[in-house]
Amino acid sequence: MTISSLIDSPSELTDSTSSKSAIVLMTRVRLARNLTGFSFPGWAKPGQREEILATCRTAVTATPQMKRCFNVGIGELSELEKQILVERHLISRELSGAKAGAGVVISKDQAFSVMMNEEDHLRIQVLRSGFQLKKAWNAINDFDSTLEEHLDFAFSPALGYLTACPTNLGTAMRASAMMHLPALVISNQMEKVVRAVNQLGMVVRGLFGEGSDASGSIFQISNQTTLGESEEGIIKRLGSVLQSIIEHEVNARQKLLEADAGKLLDKVGRAYGILQNSHLLSSGEAMNLLSLIRLGIDLGAFSDSYRSMIDRLFIEAQPGHLQHTQKSEIEPGKRDVLRAARLRSEFANFVRPDFNFTLNGNN
Amino acid sequence: MANPLKCDLCSKPATVHLTQIVNNKVHKVDLCEACAQAKGVTDPSGFSLADLLLKASLNPEATAAGVRCEHCGFTQNDFKKHGRFGCPLCYETFRVLVEPMLENMHHGITHTGKIPHRALERKTLYDRLTKLELDLSDAIKSERYEDAARTRDEINQVKQAVTPKLTR
Repeated sequence: MTISSLIDSPSELTDSTSSKSAIVLMTRVRLARNLTGFSFPGWAKPGQREEILATCRTAVTATPQMKRCFNVGIGELSELEKQILVERHLISRELSGAKAGAGVVISKDQAFSVMMNEEDHLRIQVLRSGFQLKKAWNAINDFDSTLEEHLDFAFSPALGYLTACPTNLGTAMRASAMMHLPALVISNQMEKVVRAVNQLGMVVRGLFGEGSDASGSIFQISNQTTLGESEEGIIKRLGSVLQSIIEHEVNARQKLLEADAGKLLDKVGRAYGILQNSHLLSSGEAMNLLSLIRLGIDLGAFSDSYRSMIDRLFIEAQPGHLQHTQKSEIEPGKRDVLRAARLRSEFANFVRPDFNFTLNGNN
Repeated sequence: MANPLKCDLCSKPATVHLTQIVNNKVHKVDLCEACAQAKGVTDPSGFSLADLLLKASLNPEATAAGVRCEHCGFTQNDFKKHGRFGCPLCYETFRVLVEPMLENMHHGITHTGKIPHRALERKTLYDRLTKLELDLSDAIKSERYEDAARTRDEINQVKQAVTPKLTR
C-alpha cells in the first residue's frame, strides 16, 4: 500500500463520526512493548536497531489486523509524508525525527498502527472514533496477545512490562480521549478542569500531545500512571473522569445559552460567514472556526450529518494535508490563501444555520 | 537565603515555585525562569504539572555509582542524562535507583495488570532447554551414554514445544 492510497482510504478517524461523538471525538489506547535480549531503541547500536525492526516487522505484518497495511521505514518517507502521518495521529513527532532503523505499520482503516523503535521497540496503538474506551482496550488487548505468540516481551512479575522510561512501567498503557470542549473554553473554566483532572492522576494536553496548543478547543485527556493498577482499572477510572468532563461541558453550554444565547449564536453564525467567504485563514483560525461549527451542529443549528465533514476538515486543514492536496511544498503565507479557498468550496453548499432550535433541548 | 533553591531541571537558581496535590500526595517543583517558560507553566491550557513532576523525580537521589549493566553497558550517569534505561535488564541492575522513584511516579509499586502468559511459558521452556543441553554435554564428557540418550530425547521434546507457531 502507498501513502496516497492510505490517505484516500476511508479511515476510522474521518469517516465514522456519529452523534455519539458529540463531545469525545476519538478514543485511543497505546501499549509499549519491548523484546527481551535487546537494548532499548535509544541505546541500541545501529545494527541491533535494524535487527529489532526486522523481527518486529515480520511479527506485526503477519497478524490478521494488518492483513492490508501500509508498512514503511521512517527513512523512506519525505518530511511532508511524515507530517501527514503525525497530523492523523498515526505516528508521533518523536518517530518522525527518528534515526535509521525505525518504522511504522498502519492498517488500511488506520484503526491499528504500530511504531517500531520509537522510545520502545513497539508502540502499539488502536484508535476508535467517539467515546469507546472499552472497545479500544479489547481490540488492542487481542492484538497484543496475537503479537505475543511470536515475540518474547520483556516482562517482570513485580514491575510488569519493562519500558525504556520508568514512567511507563507496569501496564505500559496510555489510554486517551480527544475531547471537544468549546463551552468550557469560552466560559474560562478550562484551567479549573485541568487542575481537577490532574488531581485525579490524569493529564490534559493539546491536540497534538505534549507541548501542543489547544486550537479548536480540542484537548487530549489520558492516564498519567501505569503501574499498580490493572488495565481495566485505569480504563474505568479514566472513563469516569471523561464522563464528568462531558457533564461539565454540557452544563457550560446550557449556561451560555441561558445567560446570553445571542452572544453564543453570534459566534457560530460569524464562523459560518467567515468559512464561506474568507480569503486568508491560518490553521489556528480555521480550527477555531470549525470548532464553532461543530458546536453549532451539537446545538442543533446545523444538520447532524455535517459532523463527520467537520472532523475530516479538522485534519485536512493542517499544513501537511493542505500541501499534500497540492502535491508540493508551499510557503506558510500561500497556505493560508489555499486553506481559505479550500474551506470556501467545502462550505459553498453547506446549509445555512437554523437558529430556531429549541433552547431547552439536550445540547 | 544563603542557599537558594535550584531549578529541578537545570540546576540554575529557581525563581518559580509550584506546589500541587496529585493522587493525594503533595508535590513541589522549583524552576528557573527559562525552564518555566519552556515547559509552558505560564499557559495552563497546555500544561501539566504532573508531567513535569515526573521528569523532576527522574533525578535519582539514591546512588548506584560505579555500577554498569552487564548486558548493555549502561551506567547511572547515562540515566541522569537520558532519563531512560538502556535495556530491560537495567531494571534489575539499577534496582536501588528505580525503587524509590516509583512511589512518587505511579499509583502503586507492583504490577497488577496483564501478564504475557505465552511468552513466559516459552521462557520457562528455554531455561529448561539450556539446562538440558548442559546436562547432555556433561553426560557425554563423563561417558554416561545412557543418560545422554535420555537427555537428548527430552531436548527434542522441549524443542518441539518451543518452536513458535508462525503458520497458524
